[in-house]
Amino acid sequence: MPGQPLLALRGVSKRFAAVQALVDVELEVRAGEVVALVGDNAAGKSTLVKVISGVGPPDKGVIEWEGSAVQIRRPQDAGLLGIATVYQDLAMCENLDVVANLFLGREIHRFGVLDEVEMERRTRELLHTLSIRIPDVRVPLAGLSGGQRQVVAITRSFLGSPRLLLLDEPTASLGIQQTNQLLDLIEELRDQGLGVLLISHNMSDIKAVADRVAVLRLGRNNGLFDVNTTSQEQIISSITGAADHAVAHRPDPEEVWP
Amino acid sequence: MRSVGVNITSRLVAGAGAARRRVREGGLGPAPVLLALVVTWVVFQSLNDHFLSPRNLSVLSVDIVGTGMVAVGIVFVLLIGEIDLSVGSLAGLAGALFAALNVNLGMTEWLAVVIAVICGTAIGALHGFLFARFRVPAFVVTLAGLLAWSGLMLYLLGPDSSIHFSEDGLVATLTSRYFSTPVLTYGLATLCTAAYLLVSLRDRSRRAGAGMPCRPVGEIWVRTVLLAAIAFATVSVLGRFEGLPLALLIFLGVIVASDLLLRRTPYGRQVLALGGGAEAARRAGVDVTRVRISVFMVSGTLAAVGGLFVASRFTSASPVSGSGMLLINAVAAAVIGGTSLFGGRGSTWSALLGVLIIQSIASGMALLGVETAVQFMITGGVLITAVIFDSLARRTPESRGRA
Repeated sequence: MPGQPLLALRGVSKRFAAVQALVDVELEVRAGEVVALVGDNAAGKSTLVKVISGVGPPDKGVIEWEGSAVQIRRPQDAGLLGIATVYQDLAMCENLDVVANLFLGREIHRFGVLDEVEMERRTRELLHTLSIRIPDVRVPLAGLSGGQRQVVAITRSFLGSPRLLLLDEPTASLGIQQTNQLLDLIEELRDQGLGVLLISHNMSDIKAVADRVAVLRLGRNNGLFDVNTTSQEQIISSITGAADHAVAHRPDPEEVWP
Repeated sequence: MRSVGVNITSRLVAGAGAARRRVREGGLGPAPVLLALVVTWVVFQSLNDHFLSPRNLSVLSVDIVGTGMVAVGIVFVLLIGEIDLSVGSLAGLAGALFAALNVNLGMTEWLAVVIAVICGTAIGALHGFLFARFRVPAFVVTLAGLLAWSGLMLYLLGPDSSIHFSEDGLVATLTSRYFSTPVLTYGLATLCTAAYLLVSLRDRSRRAGAGMPCRPVGEIWVRTVLLAAIAFATVSVLGRFEGLPLALLIFLGVIVASDLLLRRTPYGRQVLALGGGAEAARRAGVDVTRVRISVFMVSGTLAAVGGLFVASRFTSASPVSGSGMLLINAVAAAVIGGTSLFGGRGSTWSALLGVLIIQSIASGMALLGVETAVQFMITGGVLITAVIFDSLARRTPESRGRA
């Protein structure tokens, strides 16, 4: 069915003790589309990521995968559906090389002996498919730049051939050049037909790759915009919750988003 | 368009960075340690020409085994970024337990050996459990172990605080048996070299078959020739005294086996992963608690085995054989040999290289008649140098990575 969302959240709510973190949140991500999820601190972005990745299941609401309701109670459930998450702190082993990090916890072995050749072959294949260039897949992660590590983290999430990719602040620690490289990769993935949910603070990144922007404010939906037809000011004012005139007080909206 | 330029520049930058980094630490591997060993030998040989005599080298090759075994176990614990301070006491306890069971209770030797070793494993498991489960720092758990187990050792040794055992029994044989039949010793050297060559060539052809970059055949041959040179030189020199010591063969066997375990199995990969980032390993599905307990079991087991070799050398169990010096030397050997104190980097071969350097210094000083006091100061100096190198190597890649 064309146009059917890959992932849809319907009326998702979650509460932590006295804090209502998410209230009736709606969100749709289609295949071949990059949706940016934005919001101020404590808007519920991370909670929403955890809901989708199975780390923190919702209290209420329905998650639909390709039109049918599914339960995502554990990270493994998300993995089985084809949802891969790259967290902000990449959580990789500095001392291991790219191949070892990619296959950590799911090593390929024959009779208990690591099959390095097969693992390296599949790593190279994957990097090639994703058009990623890492000079040497046998270099320990500590020897790679921040951007390359980010790319390795994304590559790792691809071992399970995911269909939806959740990226939590992927450009936060990157330089300009590395950011560009990563944005290229996101575009490439979208063109290959993946759905991407991009959590970001950076308006220019969002402008560069996102198709739509979903805004969360205090745990609620606060607008869904088409990036091409919406001004940055509009998005920002719906993030801050200010009425349109409030934006006029800020000389440069970029400064609000370091 | 953006991607083409960016990719090429980033490749160039990363390539140059990798090369620099390799020169500064990783790629050199054991070269600096080997150099230190050669310098030590040359210096002592020039001061006393008995130092490199077959007799002295033969004694050295047996003396290193007890401490070396303990050091191999320490390498496992250091790899996950922890420390085991109880190994010296555990080694002493294993010797005392063996002697008490064998001499005082009349138990058959092999059974007493098995019980002593299992006792080491069990105590290691206890330390590991307390550390992994209750999050008590390993430093404290094993410090308590150091006290408690040396107490138990003294209790077992009784009022004489020393138990002698048979001089031609199983344990005594561990360090008194030598193989001197040339067919056997040279055959073994040939076999090991051939095995190395075959495995290297097979790995290479598999990689080549999969269309991946692989070592040039020339490099494999150079490495094989180097290995053969070392193996045959060892056999020839030791053969001019009493032959190839059984203790050394067992030690080398343990090193090769543990090195394969760490580098070639999923378990070894998990141990290294823990040292590089416990949280990352946990998220990747590694059972962190299990791996933590297991490395303390390995260290406890090898401490007990090492303790038996030390006792074998004296054909008696006494507090001397399980002294604090054993702990200090074993940790120092692992670190001097190139295993990082910060976890995640090292190999069990560093136990061999490190213990060779430490024992060479001790043996050379003894030949020159230097007091023990000076020996301690010099070994301390070597240790602090190794730790400084370790810290520098650790800082370099991190600062690069963040750049």
